[in-house]
Amino acid sequence: MTVSPESYVALSAVLFFIGVVGVIARRNPLIMLMSIELLFNAANLALVAYARAWVNNTGHIFAFLVITVAAAEAAIGLAIVAMTFRSSAHVDVDEVSALRG
Amino acid sequence: MIVFWILALVLIASAVFTVTAQKPVYSVVGLLANFIALAAMYLTLQAEFLAVIQIVVYSGAILILFVFVIALLSSGTRPFEVGPDKAPRILIPALAIAVLTLAGLTVTALRTPVTVVSTATTNGTTGDANAFGSVANFGAALFTTNLLPFEVTAFILMVAVIGVVLIAGDPTPGAVERKKKRRPGVREPIVKDTLVR
Repeated sequence: MTVSPESYVALSAVLFFIGVVGVIARRNPLIMLMSIELLFNAANLALVAYARAWVNNTGHIFAFLVITVAAAEAAIGLAIVAMTFRSSAHVDVDEVSALRG
Repeated sequence: MIVFWILALVLIASAVFTVTAQKPVYSVVGLLANFIALAAMYLTLQAEFLAVIQIVVYSGAILILFVFVIALLSSGTRPFEVGPDKAPRILIPALAIAVLTLAGLTVTALRTPVTVVSTATTNGTTGDANAFGSVANFGAALFTTNLLPFEVTAFILMVAVIGVVLIAGDPTPGAVERKKKRRPGVREPIVKDTLVR
């Protein structure tokens, strides 16, 4: 018994929804970064589901590239977080105003 | 079928736990469960190489990076504090934006025609040498048709490494000596709202 690709894409949309709420509603930068990882994963699930539906592994390649970009993003994001909050007792994105415009 | 629903339940529950957890460490645990369930789901979609990559890169590298940064940030005299979350104040706009995103995704997905190709054309089942999604199949596509994107990936990773060194490193001369002279266990004075070197 196979599951239709629509089910996988619907699940992917729900995961994306949860991730968007996490990015917007949390103030802890680490949890925001983790929510961004959730967004990447939701997109990957849709890519892999469509790749299976059409039996075309270009979707797999794309998901692979997304994983690479996610790794680069996590490294740079965590470096910024570690630098910004190294000398403060609070970890709160609302208190960062060094780049106030 | 039943596998899909169990995995979907685990995925959604762990994602909600990740977003709502009070401490980042709990979030990491939720994210780990999410990644492993997603790897299992890739297996049900015949993407075995991606399932392995998911475990190795996400659970092995990225999550460890998160754990290290959490440990670094709380390595002072007291664990770092997080103020009250924006959740009550901003929950309604956040939900509105998220629901809009969900609606857009659903409409796009439903308007995409999908003709499911049967498993018979995938050249064997998961685990066979040349089946769809196997290492051989994936590698052949990666190193022939998609060679240029693969090379661009190497460039992106190099830029990321240089960026991290530039952001987190101390470029002024004598930085290493100063760091050695500093007494261990003493935190630097708290300077608020600045990116101090």
